Amino acid sequence: MINWANFISQCFNGLVLGALLALISSGLTIIYGTLGVLNLAHGAMFMLGGYAGYVAYDYTGSYVVAVVAGSLFVMLVGLLMEKLIIRHFYSRPYEDQLLVTFGLGIVFVEAVRFFFGGLSKSVPPPGPLVGITPLGFMMYPTYRLALLAIVTVALLALYFVLYRTRIGMIVRAGIEDAVMVSSLGIDVYKIFTLVFGIGAMAAGFAGIVNAPVVSIAPDVGESILVQTFVVVVIGGVGSFPGAVVGGLIAGEIISITSMFNPGYAYVMLFVAMTLVLVLRPYGLFGTAGRE
Amino acid sequence: MNSKNPFLVEVLTAMALVVAPFVLPHLGFAPATINRILIWGLFGLGFDILFGYTGLLSFGQSAFFGTGGMFAAYLMTGMDFPHVLASVCIGATVAGVVGYLVGLVALKRTGIYFAMITVAISEVFFFVEFNPLSAYTGGENGLPGVPTPSFNLGFTTLEFNTDWTMYIFLAIWYFVGLMIALRIVRSPVGAILSAIRDNPLRAAALGHDIHSYKHAAFVIAAVYAGFAGGLLGVMQGFMPPEAFMFDTSGQLVMQTAIGGAGTLFGPLVGATVWLFLSDYFQNTLHLGAIWKLVLGIVFVLLVCFLRRGIVGAIIDVYELGTGGKKAVRPAQVSGAVPAGNHSTSTSPAELMPTIHRPTDSAAGPVLRAIGLSKRYGGLLANSDINFSVEQGEVRGIIGPNGAGKSTFFKMLTREVAPTSGRILFQGRDITALGVADVCQLGLAKSYQINQLFDRLTVRDNLRIAALGELRGRFRLDLFRNIDKIPGLQVQVDRTLALVSLTQRAETPVSELAYGEKRRLEIGLALATSPSLLLLDEPLAGMSPRERIETVALLKSIGRGRTMIIIDHDMDSLFELVERVTVLQEGRVLVEGTPEEIKANAKVQEAYLGGIHEEVA
Repeated sequence: MINWANFISQCFNGLVLGALLALISSGLTIIYGTLGVLNLAHGAMFMLGGYAGYVAYDYTGSYVVAVVAGSLFVMLVGLLMEKLIIRHFYSRPYEDQLLVTFGLGIVFVEAVRFFFGGLSKSVPPPGPLVGITPLGFMMYPTYRLALLAIVTVALLALYFVLYRTRIGMIVRAGIEDAVMVSSLGIDVYKIFTLVFGIGAMAAGFAGIVNAPVVSIAPDVGESILVQTFVVVVIGGVGSFPGAVVGGLIAGEIISITSMFNPGYAYVMLFVAMTLVLVLRPYGLFGTAGRE
Repeated sequence: MNSKNPFLVEVLTAMALVVAPFVLPHLGFAPATINRILIWGLFGLGFDILFGYTGLLSFGQSAFFGTGGMFAAYLMTGMDFPHVLASVCIGATVAGVVGYLVGLVALKRTGIYFAMITVAISEVFFFVEFNPLSAYTGGENGLPGVPTPSFNLGFTTLEFNTDWTMYIFLAIWYFVGLMIALRIVRSPVGAILSAIRDNPLRAAALGHDIHSYKHAAFVIAAVYAGFAGGLLGVMQGFMPPEAFMFDTSGQLVMQTAIGGAGTLFGPLVGATVWLFLSDYFQNTLHLGAIWKLVLGIVFVLLVCFLRRGIVGAIIDVYELGTGGKKAVRPAQVSGAVPAGNHSTSTSPAELMPTIHRPTDSAAGPVLRAIGLSKRYGGLLANSDINFSVEQGEVRGIIGPNGAGKSTFFKMLTREVAPTSGRILFQGRDITALGVADVCQLGLAKSYQINQLFDRLTVRDNLRIAALGELRGRFRLDLFRNIDKIPGLQVQVDRTLALVSLTQRAETPVSELAYGEKRRLEIGLALATSPSLLLLDEPLAGMSPRERIETVALLKSIGRGRTMIIIDHDMDSLFELVERVTVLQEGRVLVEGTPEEIKANAKVQEAYLGGIHEEVA
C-alpha cells in the first residue's frame, strides 16, 4: 500500500518544511514575546525576502548576494516598520495592533503585485547544489538537503544570538518582563526595534532560501502565515524551543498528509492544534503569563 | 441610544433604505454594488456583535459565510429544493451549528491566540471546500444556477429577479437583521457582552458565565455570516468559492474597522466606502491592480488616525456639537456634592436588602477555611490557614506586605486554586467551584486595584453586577429589553445612592475621579447583593478626606452584613471591625478584638520588629 521510498522522501520534505517553519515562527514568536505585538504582516516579510532576493539575483547572478541582500532588506523593512508605525501601537488595544499589521501585510503584498505582477518568479539554486544526491536508500534533490543545512545553521545562529550574547539575554529578559528590563536602565525601545528587525529578517531569510524550491508569488506569504500560527499555538507563544518543535511537527504533518491527500493537510494541522489546545492550552512550551 | 424615541434608529434606517436606491446611483454606485453593500452590511452585523461588542477579533468569518452560502446553494442546485428563503435559513442554521462546534475549540483561548486560531480555521474550511468536498461545492468553479426568490401569494407572484427587486429583497432582510441585532445589543446579554469586552475577569467575578456568553456571540456571528452567504448566492445566481477565502474574512474585518466597530452600522458604512472606492478606482480611474494597494494604504492610515472608524468619528463630532453640555454637566454637579455629610444624612444601606438567597444553614459560621495553603513554586504564600467568620460579623485582616492577605482573598473567591485545604461557604464546600459560581452563591469581592468596565457608564457597570444576581450564571434572553427586568432599576438606584454616585450615573467610568472609581468598585460588589462581602484594601490610595468618607460608607454598609476587610490603615480598620485576624508570612499569627490586637506583643513585633531591624 504505502510506497516506503516515497514515504521517507516525504518525511525528508517534512523535515525541510519543518525547519523552515521553525525559523519563520521563531521570528514571529520573539517579536510577540518581547513587544507583545502579533505581526500579521509576518507572512508578507517572508514574501518580501523572496522578492528582494530575486531582484538581487537578477542583478548579480549570485545566490549568496541574493540571500544576504534579501535578508538585510527585510530587516531594514522591519526596523522601519517598528520605528514608524508599530511603536505608536504599544499602548493601544491588541485589536488595533492586529488591524494595523494586517493592513501593512496587504500593502506589502499589493505593492509587490504592482511592481512585479502576479506571476510567480523563481530563483535557481546555486550551481554546485543543482541536481540530485543519492542517499543510498533514495535519491533526494541536492538543494533541499542543502536547505536543511542552511536553515539549521540559521536556527543555530538565532539560538546563539538569543542564548549566548548580551543582547539575547536582554531580549529574553524582555520576553519575561519588558517593564522590569526598562526599569533596569536599558533602553527597551532600542531593543524592541532590533528584535522586530531580527524577527522580520528570520522570515525574509526563509523566504529567499526557499525560493529555489517553491517559486515566489505575491501571495506566497499567506499560507506560510497560517502555518506559522499553528506552529506558535502548538509550541507556545514566546518560546524559541516551542517554535522549533512546533515547526517540525507541523512540517511533518503537512508533508505526510499531503502524500495521501493534500486537501486534508490543513485538517490534520487543525486536529493537532486542537489536541494541543485541549491537553496543554498554553502550548507545548508555553506558560500562562505570556498571553 | 435615545430614551425619548426608542425606535429612532429603526425608523431612520428604514427611511435610509427606502431613499438609498434613488440617491446612490447618482453618486456613481452601480445597482449590483448597492446590493453587495447590503450583504456585507448584514454579514457585518453579526461580526460587529462578536468583535465590536464582545471584543473577539475573528479572522475566520469566511468559514461561516461560505458554509451557509454553499449549503443553501447546494440545497437549491444539487438537491433541487425549490424554496429559496427556506434554503438560506437552513444554510444559516448549518453555519450556526458549525459555529458552535468551531467555537468549542477557538474559544479555548482569548486575544491573539483566538485571532490565530480563527485564521487557521478559515484556511481549513477553504481547503476542505476546495478539495475533499468539491463534489458538493463545485470546487474552484463554485455552484452556478442558484434561483432567484419568488413568492406565490395566490393572486400574484412576487419575483425578485432584477437588480432593483433584488434590492428590495435584500433591504428587507438587512432591516430584519438590524432589528434583531439591535434587540440583542439592548438585551441583558448585550450588556454582558460589552462587559466581557472591557474586563472579562470582572464580568466572571460578578457571576456571569463568560465562556458561554462568548460562545453565544460566536454562534450569533456565524448565523449572520451563513445567512449573508446564502443571500450572496441568491443575488448572484451563483455561489462563488471565493466566499471561503481568507480574503473574505480580511475584507470584513477591514470594512468593519473602517466603518467603526461596536456601532452595528460600521460594517455597512465600511462596505459602502470599500466597494465604492474599489469601483471608482477600477472603473473610473482605471487604476488596474493598484486599487487594492491604495485601499490598503487608506486602511492603514485610518487605523492609525481614526481609532473608532467613520461612524465612531461621526458620533464624536456629534457629541462635540450637541452633547458637549452633557459631558460637562455631571462634572459640575459632582463638585457640588457635599463631601463630609455622608454619615449624618440618609443611610441608604437600610433600603438595601442584605441577602436574597436562602441560607440553608443559619447556624454556624458563614465562611470557614480549613487548612488552606497556596504554594507558588518554592514560595509558600498561604500556609495551613484556619479561619471562620460568623453571620453578621465584620472582620478585619491585617498583616505586613507579603503576608498573603490578597492571596487568601483570591482563594476564597476562587480566582486562585488552593494547593491544599477546603473552603466552606454557608456550610457548602466551594473549593472546586468557579469564580462565577462563588459569586452566584453570594460571595463578592471589591478589588485592591479597580476592576471596572471602563467604556461603560456608572449605571451600566452596576447593571452588570446586579444582572448576575437577577439572571443567574447564564441565560440567553436575547430579545428581552434590559430596562424591563424586574428589580434591576431599583437595585441599581439603591446601590448608586449607597455609594453616592447617583449624579454620576450616566458618566462613563473613564471620566470618573479616582475616589469615585473606588466607590464604584465597592458598589459593583454590593450590587450583587452578597451575603458575604470581601473588601481588599478599600482605602488604598485615598486622600485623608476620602478615607473618612469611605469609612462612613463602609460603616453604613456593614450594618446587618457580613464583611471581611483587608487594609493597611489600622486606625480606620479598628474603627470598623469587631474582630481582627493578623496574617504574617502566610500564617495566622493571632486573632482577637481590636483592643487585644493593639496590645498583643507578637503583633507589635511583627510590625515594629521589622522597623527596628531597618533602623538598626
